[in-house]
Amino acid sequence: MTGWSDTAIWVVVVGLGLGTFAIRYSFLGLLGNRDLPEWVLRHLRYTAVGILPALITPMVLWPDATDGQTDPARLTAALVALSAGYLTKDAIVTIVSGLGTLFLLQAVGV
Amino acid sequence: MSSSSPRAAYFRGLRQSLPFLLVVLPFGMLFGVVARDAGLDLAQTMGFSVVVIAGAAQFTAVQLMQDQAPTIIVLASALAVNLRMAMYAASLAPHLGPAPSWQRIFIAYFNVDATYALSHLEYERNPSQPLPQKVAYYMGTATVICLPWYVVTWIGAVLGNAIPAGLSLDFAVPIAFISFFAPALRTPAHIAAALASIVLAVSLQWVPHNLWILLAGAGAMIVGAEVERRLAQ
Repeated sequence: MTGWSDTAIWVVVVGLGLGTFAIRYSFLGLLGNRDLPEWVLRHLRYTAVGILPALITPMVLWPDATDGQTDPARLTAALVALSAGYLTKDAIVTIVSGLGTLFLLQAVGV
Repeated sequence: MSSSSPRAAYFRGLRQSLPFLLVVLPFGMLFGVVARDAGLDLAQTMGFSVVVIAGAAQFTAVQLMQDQAPTIIVLASALAVNLRMAMYAASLAPHLGPAPSWQRIFIAYFNVDATYALSHLEYERNPSQPLPQKVAYYMGTATVICLPWYVVTWIGAVLGNAIPAGLSLDFAVPIAFISFFAPALRTPAHIAAALASIVLAVSLQWVPHNLWILLAGAGAMIVGAEVERRLAQ
Protein backbone atom coordinates (compact mmCIF):
# COMPACT_ATOMS: atom_id res chain seq x y z
CA MET A 1 0.00 0.00 0.00
CA THR A 2 1.44 3.37 -1.02
CA GLY A 3 3.02 5.22 1.86
CA TRP A 4 2.74 2.30 4.32
CA SER A 5 5.56 -0.08 5.22
CA ASP A 6 4.67 -3.67 6.11
CA THR A 7 5.52 -2.93 9.74
CA ALA A 8 3.25 0.14 9.81
CA ILE A 9 0.37 -1.90 8.38
CA TRP A 10 0.81 -4.62 11.02
CA VAL A 11 0.93 -1.93 13.72
CA VAL A 12 -2.54 -0.83 12.57
CA VAL A 13 -3.84 -4.44 12.43
CA VAL A 14 -2.54 -5.39 15.88
CA GLY A 15 -3.33 -2.02 17.47
CA LEU A 16 -6.87 -2.08 16.16
CA GLY A 17 -7.26 -5.71 17.24
CA LEU A 18 -6.05 -5.04 20.79
CA GLY A 19 -8.07 -1.83 21.13
CA THR A 20 -11.22 -3.50 19.82
CA PHE A 21 -10.74 -6.44 22.18
CA ALA A 22 -10.27 -4.05 25.10
CA ILE A 23 -13.59 -2.35 24.23
CA ARG A 24 -15.35 -5.70 23.90
CA TYR A 25 -13.89 -7.23 27.07
CA SER A 26 -14.01 -4.18 29.33
CA PHE A 27 -17.59 -4.14 30.47
CA LEU A 28 -18.01 -7.89 30.19
CA GLY A 29 -14.80 -8.90 31.95
CA LEU A 30 -12.65 -6.41 33.80
CA LEU A 31 -15.52 -4.43 35.19
CA GLY A 32 -17.70 -7.50 35.67
CA ASN A 33 -21.30 -6.71 36.42
CA ARG A 34 -20.84 -3.04 37.12
CA ASP A 35 -23.30 -1.12 34.98
CA LEU A 36 -22.29 1.83 32.86
CA PRO A 37 -23.90 5.09 33.96
CA GLU A 38 -27.02 6.02 32.02
CA TRP A 39 -25.50 9.15 30.44
CA VAL A 40 -22.62 7.10 29.00
CA LEU A 41 -25.00 4.50 27.54
CA ARG A 42 -27.11 7.31 26.10
CA HIS A 43 -24.10 8.58 24.12
CA LEU A 44 -22.86 5.12 23.11
CA ARG A 45 -26.26 4.40 21.55
CA TYR A 46 -25.40 6.93 18.84
CA THR A 47 -21.85 5.83 17.92
CA ALA A 48 -22.84 4.00 14.73
CA VAL A 49 -25.29 6.63 13.44
CA GLY A 50 -22.94 9.41 14.60
CA ILE A 51 -19.69 8.30 12.97
CA LEU A 52 -20.58 6.24 9.91
CA PRO A 53 -22.49 8.99 8.02
CA ALA A 54 -19.59 11.41 8.60
CA LEU A 55 -17.10 8.90 7.23
CA ILE A 56 -18.87 8.44 3.92
CA THR A 57 -20.14 11.98 3.34
CA PRO A 58 -17.00 13.11 1.44
CA MET A 59 -16.94 9.82 -0.54
CA VAL A 60 -20.52 10.48 -1.64
CA LEU A 61 -20.18 14.22 -2.35
CA TRP A 62 -16.67 14.28 -3.80
CA PRO A 63 -15.76 10.77 -5.08
CA ASP A 64 -12.09 9.99 -5.84
CA ALA A 65 -13.24 8.08 -8.92
CA THR A 66 -14.46 11.34 -10.50
CA ASP A 67 -11.49 13.39 -9.24
CA GLY A 68 -13.59 15.00 -6.53
CA GLN A 69 -16.31 16.26 -8.89
CA THR A 70 -19.83 15.65 -7.54
CA ASP A 71 -21.28 12.81 -9.59
CA PRO A 72 -25.09 12.78 -10.08
CA ALA A 73 -25.16 8.98 -10.48
CA ARG A 74 -23.25 8.29 -7.26
CA LEU A 75 -25.17 10.93 -5.29
CA THR A 76 -28.51 9.54 -6.46
CA ALA A 77 -27.41 5.97 -5.66
CA ALA A 78 -26.47 7.01 -2.12
CA LEU A 79 -29.80 8.77 -1.57
CA VAL A 80 -31.73 5.76 -2.91
CA ALA A 81 -29.77 3.42 -0.60
CA LEU A 82 -30.36 5.73 2.37
CA SER A 83 -34.11 5.89 1.72
CA ALA A 84 -34.36 2.15 1.12
CA GLY A 85 -32.44 1.37 4.32
CA TYR A 86 -34.52 3.78 6.36
CA LEU A 87 -37.84 2.49 5.00
CA THR A 88 -37.15 -1.25 4.93
CA LYS A 89 -34.62 -1.55 7.83
CA ASP A 90 -32.98 -4.23 5.69
CA ALA A 91 -29.23 -4.15 4.97
CA ILE A 92 -29.41 -6.32 1.85
CA VAL A 93 -32.21 -4.24 0.30
CA THR A 94 -30.09 -1.15 1.04
CA ILE A 95 -27.05 -2.48 -0.80
CA VAL A 96 -28.91 -3.94 -3.75
CA SER A 97 -30.97 -0.79 -4.32
CA GLY A 98 -27.92 1.49 -4.00
CA LEU A 99 -25.56 -0.42 -6.27
CA GLY A 100 -28.46 -1.29 -8.61
CA THR A 101 -29.27 2.42 -9.00
CA LEU A 102 -25.64 3.27 -9.69
CA PHE A 103 -25.16 0.56 -12.33
CA LEU A 104 -28.49 1.46 -13.95
CA LEU A 105 -27.67 5.19 -14.13
CA GLN A 106 -24.20 4.48 -15.47
CA ALA A 107 -25.66 2.12 -18.07
CA VAL A 108 -27.97 4.86 -19.38
CA GLY A 109 -25.11 7.33 -19.34
CA VAL A 110 -25.89 9.67 -16.40
CA MET B 1 -39.70 -22.72 24.23
CA SER B 2 -37.51 -23.74 27.15
CA SER B 3 -33.98 -24.85 26.52
CA SER B 4 -33.35 -28.43 27.58
CA SER B 5 -29.57 -28.54 27.24
CA PRO B 6 -26.58 -26.43 26.22
CA ARG B 7 -26.42 -28.54 23.07
CA ALA B 8 -30.00 -27.59 22.14
CA ALA B 9 -29.22 -23.94 22.90
CA TYR B 10 -26.11 -24.08 20.69
CA PHE B 11 -28.10 -25.41 17.75
CA ARG B 12 -30.88 -22.89 18.33
CA GLY B 13 -28.22 -20.16 18.09
CA LEU B 14 -26.88 -21.69 14.88
CA ARG B 15 -30.30 -21.89 13.30
CA GLN B 16 -31.47 -18.40 14.23
CA SER B 17 -28.25 -16.84 12.86
CA LEU B 18 -28.56 -18.31 9.37
CA PRO B 19 -30.46 -15.35 7.80
CA PHE B 20 -27.58 -13.05 8.83
CA LEU B 21 -25.28 -14.91 6.45
CA LEU B 22 -26.94 -12.92 3.67
CA VAL B 23 -25.25 -9.84 5.13
CA VAL B 24 -22.02 -11.36 6.45
CA LEU B 25 -20.97 -13.21 3.32
CA PRO B 26 -21.07 -10.28 0.85
CA PHE B 27 -19.50 -7.85 3.38
CA GLY B 28 -16.61 -10.16 4.17
CA MET B 29 -15.98 -10.76 0.51
CA LEU B 30 -16.19 -7.05 -0.23
CA PHE B 31 -13.61 -6.37 2.48
CA GLY B 32 -11.25 -8.88 0.88
CA VAL B 33 -11.68 -7.21 -2.51
CA VAL B 34 -11.33 -3.65 -1.19
CA ALA B 35 -8.30 -4.42 1.00
CA ARG B 36 -6.37 -6.10 -1.81
CA ASP B 37 -7.40 -3.29 -4.17
CA ALA B 38 -5.96 -0.80 -1.65
CA GLY B 39 -2.64 -2.62 -1.80
CA LEU B 40 -2.67 -4.89 1.28
CA ASP B 41 -1.21 -8.35 0.78
CA LEU B 42 -3.17 -11.53 1.51
CA ALA B 43 -1.73 -11.97 5.03
CA GLN B 44 -2.47 -8.36 6.00
CA THR B 45 -6.01 -8.62 4.63
CA MET B 46 -6.60 -11.83 6.59
CA GLY B 47 -4.94 -10.20 9.61
CA PHE B 48 -7.65 -7.55 9.69
CA SER B 49 -10.49 -10.07 9.51
CA VAL B 50 -8.97 -12.48 12.07
CA VAL B 51 -7.40 -10.06 14.58
CA VAL B 52 -9.97 -7.25 14.42
CA ILE B 53 -13.12 -9.07 13.21
CA ALA B 54 -15.29 -5.91 12.95
CA GLY B 55 -16.44 -5.04 9.44
CA ALA B 56 -17.15 -1.31 9.68
CA ALA B 57 -13.89 -0.62 11.57
CA GLN B 58 -11.88 -2.66 9.06
CA PHE B 59 -13.30 -0.68 6.14
CA THR B 60 -12.68 2.57 8.04
CA ALA B 61 -9.04 1.71 8.72
CA VAL B 62 -8.31 0.72 5.12
CA GLN B 63 -10.03 3.83 3.76
CA LEU B 64 -8.06 6.16 6.06
CA MET B 65 -4.78 4.37 5.30
CA GLN B 66 -5.47 4.97 1.61
CA ASP B 67 -6.08 8.64 2.42
CA GLN B 68 -2.59 8.68 4.04
CA ALA B 69 -3.95 9.58 7.49
CA PRO B 70 -1.44 9.26 10.37
CA THR B 71 -1.43 5.88 12.20
CA ILE B 72 -2.86 7.38 15.39
CA ILE B 73 -5.82 8.86 13.47
CA VAL B 74 -6.45 5.56 11.68
CA LEU B 75 -6.53 3.74 15.02
CA ALA B 76 -8.58 6.35 16.88
CA SER B 77 -11.20 6.65 14.11
CA ALA B 78 -11.61 2.90 13.62
CA LEU B 79 -11.79 2.35 17.38
CA ALA B 80 -14.41 5.09 17.64
CA VAL B 81 -16.51 3.12 15.13
CA ASN B 82 -16.23 0.16 17.56
CA LEU B 83 -17.21 2.08 20.69
CA ARG B 84 -20.75 0.77 20.33
CA MET B 85 -19.37 -2.61 21.40
CA ALA B 86 -18.81 -1.24 24.91
CA MET B 87 -22.57 -0.79 25.03
CA TYR B 88 -23.11 -4.32 23.71
CA ALA B 89 -20.73 -5.74 26.33
CA ALA B 90 -22.44 -3.80 29.11
CA SER B 91 -25.84 -5.07 28.05
CA LEU B 92 -24.64 -8.70 27.81
CA ALA B 93 -22.84 -8.51 31.18
CA PRO B 94 -25.86 -9.35 33.38
CA HIS B 95 -26.27 -12.60 31.40
CA LEU B 96 -22.72 -13.62 30.44
CA GLY B 97 -20.61 -11.72 33.02
CA PRO B 98 -20.62 -14.67 35.47
CA ALA B 99 -19.03 -17.00 32.86
CA PRO B 100 -15.45 -18.20 33.53
CA SER B 101 -12.86 -15.75 32.26
CA TRP B 102 -11.57 -18.04 29.47
CA GLN B 103 -15.12 -18.14 28.09
CA ARG B 104 -15.51 -14.38 28.44
CA ILE B 105 -12.39 -13.93 26.30
CA PHE B 106 -14.11 -15.78 23.44
CA ILE B 107 -17.42 -14.03 24.10
CA ALA B 108 -15.66 -10.65 23.88
CA TYR B 109 -13.75 -11.58 20.72
CA PHE B 110 -16.94 -12.69 18.92
CA ASN B 111 -18.96 -9.62 20.01
CA VAL B 112 -20.22 -8.17 16.73
CA ASP B 113 -23.51 -6.51 15.78
CA ALA B 114 -25.31 -9.69 14.79
CA THR B 115 -24.13 -12.01 17.63
CA TYR B 116 -25.04 -9.29 20.12
CA ALA B 117 -28.45 -8.55 18.61
CA LEU B 118 -29.47 -12.21 18.43
CA SER B 119 -28.20 -13.15 21.89
CA HIS B 120 -29.62 -10.11 23.60
CA LEU B 121 -33.04 -10.89 22.11
CA GLU B 122 -32.74 -14.54 23.20
CA TYR B 123 -31.87 -13.58 26.82
CA GLU B 124 -34.71 -11.06 26.98
CA ARG B 125 -37.14 -13.74 25.80
CA ASN B 126 -35.82 -16.36 28.18
CA PRO B 127 -33.88 -14.66 30.99
CA SER B 128 -33.99 -17.51 33.49
CA GLN B 129 -32.14 -20.13 31.44
CA PRO B 130 -28.90 -21.39 33.07
CA LEU B 131 -25.54 -19.81 32.24
CA PRO B 132 -24.17 -22.76 30.18
CA GLN B 133 -27.20 -22.53 27.88
CA LYS B 134 -26.73 -18.78 27.46
CA VAL B 135 -23.05 -19.24 26.59
CA ALA B 136 -23.87 -22.11 24.21
CA TYR B 137 -26.49 -20.03 22.38
CA TYR B 138 -23.97 -17.21 21.98
CA MET B 139 -21.35 -19.60 20.59
CA GLY B 140 -23.97 -20.93 18.16
CA THR B 141 -24.47 -17.45 16.73
CA ALA B 142 -20.68 -16.87 16.61
CA THR B 143 -20.17 -20.12 14.69
CA VAL B 144 -22.48 -19.02 11.90
CA ILE B 145 -21.67 -15.30 11.85
CA CYS B 146 -17.96 -15.05 12.70
CA LEU B 147 -16.24 -18.16 11.33
CA PRO B 148 -17.41 -17.64 7.69
CA TRP B 149 -16.09 -14.05 7.96
CA TYR B 150 -12.53 -15.40 7.63
CA VAL B 151 -13.40 -17.66 4.71
CA VAL B 152 -15.21 -15.05 2.62
CA THR B 153 -12.49 -12.45 3.29
CA TRP B 154 -10.02 -14.93 1.86
CA ILE B 155 -12.26 -15.65 -1.15
CA GLY B 156 -12.69 -11.92 -1.83
CA ALA B 157 -8.97 -11.30 -1.45
CA VAL B 158 -8.06 -14.09 -3.85
CA LEU B 159 -10.80 -13.52 -6.44
CA GLY B 160 -10.78 -9.71 -6.23
CA ASN B 161 -8.51 -9.28 -9.23
CA ALA B 162 -11.02 -11.07 -11.44
CA ILE B 163 -13.62 -8.30 -10.95
CA PRO B 164 -13.81 -5.95 -13.98
CA ALA B 165 -12.54 -2.42 -13.29
CA GLY B 166 -15.55 -0.61 -14.81
CA LEU B 167 -17.90 -1.83 -12.09
CA SER B 168 -17.56 1.26 -9.83
CA LEU B 169 -16.60 -0.90 -6.87
CA ASP B 170 -15.24 2.27 -5.25
CA PHE B 171 -18.83 3.02 -4.37
CA ALA B 172 -19.48 -0.34 -2.71
CA VAL B 173 -17.82 1.03 0.45
CA PRO B 174 -20.14 4.02 1.03
CA ILE B 175 -23.15 1.89 0.09
CA ALA B 176 -22.05 -0.79 2.57
CA PHE B 177 -21.70 1.89 5.28
CA ILE B 178 -25.18 3.21 4.49
CA SER B 179 -26.47 -0.31 4.99
CA PHE B 180 -24.82 -0.34 8.45
CA PHE B 181 -26.54 2.80 9.71
CA ALA B 182 -29.71 3.50 7.64
CA PRO B 183 -31.63 0.54 9.11
CA ALA B 184 -30.64 1.86 12.58
CA LEU B 185 -32.46 5.18 12.04
CA ARG B 186 -35.35 4.14 14.27
CA THR B 187 -35.98 7.22 16.43
CA PRO B 188 -35.88 11.03 16.01
CA ALA B 189 -32.70 11.01 18.11
CA HIS B 190 -30.97 8.56 15.72
CA ILE B 191 -32.03 10.68 12.73
CA ALA B 192 -30.82 13.88 14.42
CA ALA B 193 -27.45 12.25 15.15
CA ALA B 194 -27.06 11.11 11.53
CA LEU B 195 -27.96 14.57 10.19
CA ALA B 196 -25.54 16.24 12.61
CA SER B 197 -22.88 13.77 11.49
CA ILE B 198 -23.29 14.75 7.82
CA VAL B 199 -23.44 18.51 8.49
CA LEU B 200 -20.37 18.36 10.76
CA ALA B 201 -18.47 16.21 8.25
CA VAL B 202 -19.02 18.81 5.53
CA SER B 203 -18.25 21.83 7.71
CA LEU B 204 -15.16 20.36 9.44
CA GLN B 205 -13.32 19.21 6.29
CA TRP B 206 -10.66 21.89 6.91
CA VAL B 207 -9.48 20.16 10.12
CA PRO B 208 -6.11 18.51 9.35
CA HIS B 209 -5.13 14.82 9.64
CA ASN B 210 -8.67 13.50 9.13
CA LEU B 211 -9.46 14.56 12.70
CA TRP B 212 -12.80 15.84 11.43
CA ILE B 213 -14.13 12.27 11.60
CA LEU B 214 -13.68 12.04 15.35
CA LEU B 215 -14.98 15.57 15.90
CA ALA B 216 -18.05 14.97 13.73
CA GLY B 217 -18.67 11.62 15.44
CA ALA B 218 -18.39 13.07 18.94
CA GLY B 219 -20.61 16.03 18.05
CA ALA B 220 -23.23 13.76 16.49
CA MET B 221 -23.26 11.45 19.54
CA ILE B 222 -23.86 14.47 21.78
CA VAL B 223 -26.70 15.64 19.51
CA GLY B 224 -28.31 12.16 19.54
CA ALA B 225 -28.03 11.83 23.32
CA GLU B 226 -29.37 15.34 23.90
CA VAL B 227 -32.36 14.85 21.59
CA GLU B 228 -33.14 11.56 23.35
CA ARG B 229 -32.92 13.22 26.77
CA ARG B 230 -35.20 16.12 25.79
CA LEU B 231 -37.79 13.89 24.12
CA ALA B 232 -37.89 11.68 27.22
CA GLN B 233 -38.79 14.62 29.48
